[in-house]
Amino acid sequence: MLYREAGDFSTTYEQDSQTFPIKFDRWGYYVILAVAFLVIPFLINDYWANAVFVPFLIYAIAALGLNILTGYCGQVSLGTGGFMAVGAYACYKLMTSFPEISMFVHVLLAGGITAGVGVLFGLPSLRIKGFYLAVATLAAQFFLVWLFNKVPWFYNYSASGQISSPERTVFGIIVTGPNTEAWAKYMFCLIIAVLLAWMARNLTRGSVGRKWMAIRDMDIAAEIIGVNPLKAKLSAFAVSSFFIGVAGALFFSVYLGAVEVGEAFGIQKSFLVLFMIIIGGLGSIFGSFAGAAFMVLLPVLLKNILVGQLGWATDLAAHIEFMIVGGLIIGFLILEPHGLAQLWRLTKEKLRLWPFPH
Amino acid sequence: MNLKLATMVVAGVMAAAPALADLTFPALSYRTGPYGANGIPFADGYQDYFTLINERDGGIGGEKIRLVECETGYNTEKGVECYEATKGEAPMVYQPLSTGITYQIIPKASADGVPIHSMGYGRTSAANGKVFEWVFNYPANYWTGASVAINYLLEQEGGDLNGKKIALVYHNSAYGKEPIRTLQELSKKHGYEFVEIPVDHPGQEQKSQWLQIRRDKPDYVLMWGWGVMNQVAIQEAANIRYPMDHFIGIWWSGSENDVLPVGDGANGYKSLAMHGTGMDYPVYDDIKKYVIDAGKGAGAADQVGSVLYSRGMYAAMLAVEAAKKAQELAGTSAITPAQMRDGMEALEITEEKMAELGLPKFGQPFTVTCENHGGPGLAMVQQWDASAKKWNLITDFIAPDMEVIQPLIDEDSAAYAAEAAIVERCQ
Repeated sequence: MLYREAGDFSTTYEQDSQTFPIKFDRWGYYVILAVAFLVIPFLINDYWANAVFVPFLIYAIAALGLNILTGYCGQVSLGTGGFMAVGAYACYKLMTSFPEISMFVHVLLAGGITAGVGVLFGLPSLRIKGFYLAVATLAAQFFLVWLFNKVPWFYNYSASGQISSPERTVFGIIVTGPNTEAWAKYMFCLIIAVLLAWMARNLTRGSVGRKWMAIRDMDIAAEIIGVNPLKAKLSAFAVSSFFIGVAGALFFSVYLGAVEVGEAFGIQKSFLVLFMIIIGGLGSIFGSFAGAAFMVLLPVLLKNILVGQLGWATDLAAHIEFMIVGGLIIGFLILEPHGLAQLWRLTKEKLRLWPFPH
Repeated sequence: MNLKLATMVVAGVMAAAPALADLTFPALSYRTGPYGANGIPFADGYQDYFTLINERDGGIGGEKIRLVECETGYNTEKGVECYEATKGEAPMVYQPLSTGITYQIIPKASADGVPIHSMGYGRTSAANGKVFEWVFNYPANYWTGASVAINYLLEQEGGDLNGKKIALVYHNSAYGKEPIRTLQELSKKHGYEFVEIPVDHPGQEQKSQWLQIRRDKPDYVLMWGWGVMNQVAIQEAANIRYPMDHFIGIWWSGSENDVLPVGDGANGYKSLAMHGTGMDYPVYDDIKKYVIDAGKGAGAADQVGSVLYSRGMYAAMLAVEAAKKAQELAGTSAITPAQMRDGMEALEITEEKMAELGLPKFGQPFTVTCENHGGPGLAMVQQWDASAKKWNLITDFIAPDMEVIQPLIDEDSAAYAAEAAIVERCQ
C-alpha cells in the first residue's frame, strides 16, 4: 500500500535512473543517513563504537571492495587479508613519517598504495581464471603476511613486530590513539564508508561497472563486443584493492590501534570477508553492508544474550555461538543462495503487490 | 536493513549490563580456540583463587570479589570487545594472558586509568614504571627469562658458551619475537652462535623447522611456544631424537598439556618456571575444602595443581595481595582502579607472606617500586619425568643478567615514550 511505484512519475532521465526509484525507499535511505549522521554520534559510547559500529563500517568497506572484484567482475580473490595488511602497514609508515598531515589523507593514500599492489597481483588474472586465480591470490595473501613479518622496516624495527598507531588528527580532532572520543572514531569511519559506498554505487552502474559485469558474465563475449579485458580486470583489481586498503588502514589505525600481521590479517580474514559477500549477496552494495552486519554483529549480539542475559558459561556460549552462526549461514544459503540482498529484493517485490498478491 | 536495525536495537538492550559495588575483577580468558587447552587451566586457577577468597575470607577486606569472565579466544578483536564491555565497571586489573591483547590494551588502559598486570608475558619494557604508569609485569618477563635460560646453559657448560650454537624455535608473533633482541645481545657477550627458527600460527606443522635443526645440530634449542605448537615441537624433537635435556622452553612451554601427548619421548624435557607446581602446598587444602568440594570450582575443576593452574592462582594471589595493599594505603575497602594501581606499585611479597598464604617456597620474594614494575625476574628450571608424569624442579632461582637487559628495557620504553609523548615519572 505504502510501498509502490504508482504516483511517482519520472520526468527526466536522471530521475528515471536514480538508485532508489520508489519514494518509500528514498525516504528510508534519507532517514537512515540522518540517523547515522545526526543521532548516533550524540548517543554513542566507547562500547558501541569499538565493539559494534566501527568494526561494522570497516568490514562493510572491505566487503564492498571484495564485492567489486568478485561480485561485479567475477574474479575470485582470497587475498583480502593480505591487501588489508598492505593498507595497514602503508598507513603506519605514512603516519609515522608525516605526522603533521591529516589522517584522512593518510588513509586514502594507503588505499592508493594498496591499489598499486592489487594491480600487481591482479596481473595473473589475465591468464588464469576461477579456482586457479583464487590460488594465485592465496599466494598474495601468504606472501604479503610473510613480507610484513620478515622485513623490520615495515614495523619501524620494533622489538616485537607489532605496529601501534600514534595519536593523529583530522582538522584538529583526534581520530586515532587511545584518547579518541567514541563519536570521532565513528564519524571518521562513517564518512569514509558513505563516501566509498556512494562511489561504488556510481562506478558499478556506469560504463566501468558494465564492463566488469560483461567480463563476469562471459569474458569471450565481452571481448567480442569491445571490452578490453586487460583494462576491465585490472581496473577492478585496482578499485577493489583501494577499498580493501582503506579498510585495512582504518582497521589498524582507528579500530584496533595495534596489530600483528599474522593474527590480524591472516587467511581467516580473507575468508571472513568472502563469507560476508556470499551471505550478503554477490554484486550488491546493500549486500556488502548486510553481510558485514551479519558476520560482525551477530556474534556480539549472541554473546551478549547468552552470557550477559542468560548467564551461561563463556566457553559454552562461545561454542553455541559458532553453531548458531554456522547453522544460520547454512540455512540462509539453502533458502536463498543469492544472499541477504536477494531476500531483500524479494521482500520488496512482495511489498509492491501487497495486499493483492495476485 | 530491517535486520540490521533490529539487531542493533536488541544489542543495545543487551549491552546495558548491571554493575553494583563489590570489587570487579575482569577475567579475559580463553576456553576455546587453538590455545584453549592452555587457557582453561589458567582461567580455572585464576577464578578458583578468587572464589577461595570470597568463601574463606569473605572477600578482600570485607569487599566481595565479583569476577566477570569474558571469552577472548586469544583473538585481539574479541579482546577489544571484552575490554570495552568491562571497562565501565571499575575493573581492578586486567590480565588477558595474551601478548597481542596486552599490546592492544596498553595505550587504552593507560588513557582510561585501569591497571594491567601481564605476569610473565606482554610488553617487556613495561617493566620501566617511569614510562608505563599503568602496566605491571612482575615478577618476571620474557627478557629476564631468556637471560635466565642462557645463564643456566652457562652453568651447564662451565661458564663458557663460546662457539656453541643455540637455536630459538619461536611462535612467529609479537610473543615469540620478544626474546630475540635479548638473545642477540647475549650472543655478542658470550660468543655463542644464535639461530632463529620461526613457526607460524598455530604451529601444527613444524617438519621443516625440525629438519633444519637435525641438519644444523645446535647444541641447545630454546623454545617460545604456546598452545598446540608446544606439543608438536616436543613431538618433533623426540622424532629426530634431539637430546631432550638440551631442549628448554619458556615458562609458557612447560605445562602438562605440552609433554603428556608425547609420552616417554618427552622424558627429560626442560622448561623455565617462575613458580613451583604440584599439590604439595597448604593452600590446596583450602581450595579443596572451600572451592572444589563445595562444587564451586571453575570449569570442569579437573585442572587443580597443574602448572598453568598454579600460574593462574599465582596471578590471582598477587592481585589479591595488591588489592589488600591498596586498601591499606587508601584507608578504605572500596578501592578504585587508581588506588589499585597504587597498591600494585607498593606491593611487597616476602617469603614469610608466601608461607602465611599457604604457598611456602612457591615464588620469588620481590618488591615493586615506581621505577621498577618488573620485579627481579628470577626463574627456576624444571624437568619432566615421563614415567612419574611429574615436573621436578632441578635448580633454585637463577638470576638474569640485568646488565644486558636494563639498557634494552630503557631503549624500548624510551622509544614508546617518544612515540606516545609520555613524560617520565618518578623524578
